[in-house]
Amino acid sequence: MNYIIPQSELKVVGTRPVRPDGVDKVTGRATFGADMTLAGMIWGKMLRSPHAHARIVAIDTSRALALPGVRAVVTAADFPDIASEEAFVGEGPMNFRDLSRNCLARDKVLYEGHAVAAVAAASQSVAEAALDLIDVTYEVLPHVIDVEAAMAAGAPILHEDMFTVGIEPKPTKPSNIAKRVAFAKGDAEAGFREADVIVEGRYTTQPVHQAYIEPHACLAQVAADGQAHIYSSTQGQFMVRAYCAKVLGWEIADIRSYPMEIGGGFGGKTLVYLEPVALALARKAGRPVKMVMTREEVFRASGPTSGAVIEVKIGARRDGSIVAAREVLKYQAGAFAGSPIGPGCMCGFAMYDLPNVDVVGYDVVSNRPKVAAYRAPGAPITSFAVESAMDDLARKLKIDPLALREMNGARDGSKTHYGVTHRDIGFLATLEAARSHPHYSAPLKPGQGRGVACGFWFNIGGESSGAVHVNEDGSISVVSGNPDIGGSRASMAMMAAEVLGVPIEHVRPIVGDTASIGFSHLTGGSRVTFATGMAVTQAAERVVDQLKQRAAQIWEIPAEAVEWKDGKAYPAGLNAGAFEPLSLAQIALKAGRTGGPISSEVTLNAQGAGPGFGCHICDVEVDSETGHVKILRYTAVQDVGKAIHPSYVEGQIQGGAAQGIGWALNEEYIYDKDGKMENAGFLDYRVPVASDLPLIEAVMVEVPNPRHPFGVRGVGEVPIVPPMAAVANAIRAATGLRMPDLPISPPKLRAALDAASGAKAA
Amino acid sequence: MSKHHVTTTINGEETEFLCETQETLLDVLRNTLNLTGSKEGCASGDCGACSVIADGTLVCSCLMLGVEAEGKTITTVEGIADGETLHPVQRQFLEHAALQCGFCTPGFIVATKALLDANPDPTEEEARYWLAGNLCRCTGYDKIIRAVMDAAAEMRGEARAA
Amino acid sequence: MPHVVFAGSDASRFTGGRTELEVTATTFRRLVRELDERFPGLGARVEVGMAVAIDGVIYQDAYAAPLAEGSEIVLIPKIGGG
Repeated sequence: MNYIIPQSELKVVGTRPVRPDGVDKVTGRATFGADMTLAGMIWGKMLRSPHAHARIVAIDTSRALALPGVRAVVTAADFPDIASEEAFVGEGPMNFRDLSRNCLARDKVLYEGHAVAAVAAASQSVAEAALDLIDVTYEVLPHVIDVEAAMAAGAPILHEDMFTVGIEPKPTKPSNIAKRVAFAKGDAEAGFREADVIVEGRYTTQPVHQAYIEPHACLAQVAADGQAHIYSSTQGQFMVRAYCAKVLGWEIADIRSYPMEIGGGFGGKTLVYLEPVALALARKAGRPVKMVMTREEVFRASGPTSGAVIEVKIGARRDGSIVAAREVLKYQAGAFAGSPIGPGCMCGFAMYDLPNVDVVGYDVVSNRPKVAAYRAPGAPITSFAVESAMDDLARKLKIDPLALREMNGARDGSKTHYGVTHRDIGFLATLEAARSHPHYSAPLKPGQGRGVACGFWFNIGGESSGAVHVNEDGSISVVSGNPDIGGSRASMAMMAAEVLGVPIEHVRPIVGDTASIGFSHLTGGSRVTFATGMAVTQAAERVVDQLKQRAAQIWEIPAEAVEWKDGKAYPAGLNAGAFEPLSLAQIALKAGRTGGPISSEVTLNAQGAGPGFGCHICDVEVDSETGHVKILRYTAVQDVGKAIHPSYVEGQIQGGAAQGIGWALNEEYIYDKDGKMENAGFLDYRVPVASDLPLIEAVMVEVPNPRHPFGVRGVGEVPIVPPMAAVANAIRAATGLRMPDLPISPPKLRAALDAASGAKAA
Repeated sequence: MSKHHVTTTINGEETEFLCETQETLLDVLRNTLNLTGSKEGCASGDCGACSVIADGTLVCSCLMLGVEAEGKTITTVEGIADGETLHPVQRQFLEHAALQCGFCTPGFIVATKALLDANPDPTEEEARYWLAGNLCRCTGYDKIIRAVMDAAAEMRGEARAA
Repeated sequence: MPHVVFAGSDASRFTGGRTELEVTATTFRRLVRELDERFPGLGARVEVGMAVAIDGVIYQDAYAAPLAEGSEIVLIPKIGGG
């Protein structure tokens, strides 16, 4: 592959400049979703179900409407009852009927926290008081929280029209199992018969929330002619526009969607919760309406990702070669179908070259909030099980765990169990980097343990737009359609600066609203640096072509006789040295005389995002008195393609690892017997804090993706895949205990330690 | 419902505002004074995104009532830089790429300033425990801790720590 | 002829369990039409929920993606992300 600029000649890409939006973010100037105000703005609040499962018999809003200061109340009756329509939009499967019913419940509430009605009032306190005056009559129904209980015969059924897809013959009775999926390669049964050693396990994971620090927030305004503006904290302004139009039955062109700064998303802000409701309230009230979730609402009604039960079995010959693998996965979808069961079925064994594989997955609804995407959706859950089992296998075979993975690791030409043949991948390079890292051979003290685990993610491309404008003074504006969630302004500006040959300081990146730049899929799936970066790079190349052509006009020579170097036009060939080089500013000054503004917007649907692989090494120490696990040292090795801004690539890896450590040790949704969440706050839903973690070393292995002009691969998803098994394997090494149920919280581990020592004593 | 009249000093300027009894200082800062740099992440004192310094003490402004600001001296993230000149803590956060989404950043900047005012030479462990009241979901804290340690060293007039 | 593999049940439930197939299509667009003609409903399923890997490179929503003679074409569930 020809990269557009040889790696050795890169001047901007691969450096670590201060991000262009940095000063705004360290001084408090950056405007996030809840920071926006408009003249005449009032406040919206949501009434939510206190029940896990109930029929809505009646909603009486008259007392609320009579309260002074209340301007509008809406319920599902104010929205069209839209038909079931499956779509795959940006980040995952979506049924618009479900989306609508998740925004405001119709007929039934399906989980505690499910939105039932909304009110807009002059102040927050009046809006809150009005919620108490909305009278909802419920007929409480039996509920089900646990995934296997939801699958069992006789379980309370959430959707009378849900019949399991993927079973022949088509079922005649409704079920909470939305879908069964299966993948097979070779003959797993026969494979297991050849195995000398077999490991088996049953693993469980709990739903965890993306836990972005910024709660969902938006501000909506609707003019008398129906033209609307929506300002929101979202991973995709075009997604907000499309989903709102769908749920409200409006035309897309009537909605202009503005992306505010976004305070974290990790997949959790890839759908709408408040926005259509705020628009409906704003239309009814004739005033701009701001809605901001509380943290409690964020936990009860948005996100999380699936909890799951996974059974895994792996068989190998005595030399370590794996002959068969089997997995059964049951993923919670929350109240509506659509867990990441597909990637769950594919990712666990994707890293290995296996002759015989059998994987079956179930997508299961229960009375919990509808799951949303969370970093590498589906992959961390399956990999927790598979990588734990791989550790057991290495132990049984007395083979180094990385050597076992190298022996069976996927390489170019390896055919996965889902049929795709790997190409241009860096798994073995990643394993090699992990094996040769000093951490892997560093001595441990008694009572300490080391674990390793690996992870895979596909990465995606998708539809993106990028525009490069040469301003009148020669400075550059770069516009993209993707909210900057972790430094993408910097990487867009850097790629444009590299192509244009100008210092990064002359390039100002802008995140455009839906009327300022072409359609773009949302920021997610680690696609922006890859796909939007491709659009920006191509736009910059076209601008260079224009600049050369303009210089040629000024010099009255053919455009082919102009060379672009270091941000300047040089006469080349026969004309070399005939004219003084022209700077960007000099050419920009004559733009009007040479044909008009110099700019280019490229829209594309990027294909060929290269998959990424990670290998994490984790050292722990277990306090046998309390069951507390201290992470002593953590190293995350990852195949990153090409790091545009290495600091932000490292940041993705470190942040993903930290989230995975939280998933492994602390985070979970806890329900009481009535199906109500008991820990809907950061005090009881404990995400890792600074004192929980050591420095996290991120090791970047650069195996360029030949289908990107700079070799970029997505990097944000992979790092959350390995940590749970890396931590569990380290605990196994330190204590001798295989902990198959997440989170491995202190009480759980202490009980296991006590049981083990009791068993020993007895 | 009558409002309270409060006189206070915010970021060096004498400031007056009216607030309801139940309004938090964070509500007042954000909704009345338009100082939206302080963020609400939880409203329960668990995330630290609303950190301010009140009479020299680091507090969550979501846990303090607006009326409690009477007569106090409050520093918010908007008051950390000296005009156009960034505070060393702000500069080190930028140089270390110690932020991704930037939402928790104002709280970390304020909390770090309070730390270094109180303890100019913290160990890494001391810095981690001081900042344990500030949640960051993006970075895994690695680059934040490096930025804090380097800011401390810079403010002590030493060369870079790491 | 391009060789198509349906590894997952998402596609094979339309094909009566058949998991491999030779096709005449030369682009992804033609493949969708050809599949739908042979297995009614599969084309729509592919459009909404499936991606295609052509010789190991994954394409989503790309009608023009060429299917070369001897290409290995694999239909898998569409991939999103966080």
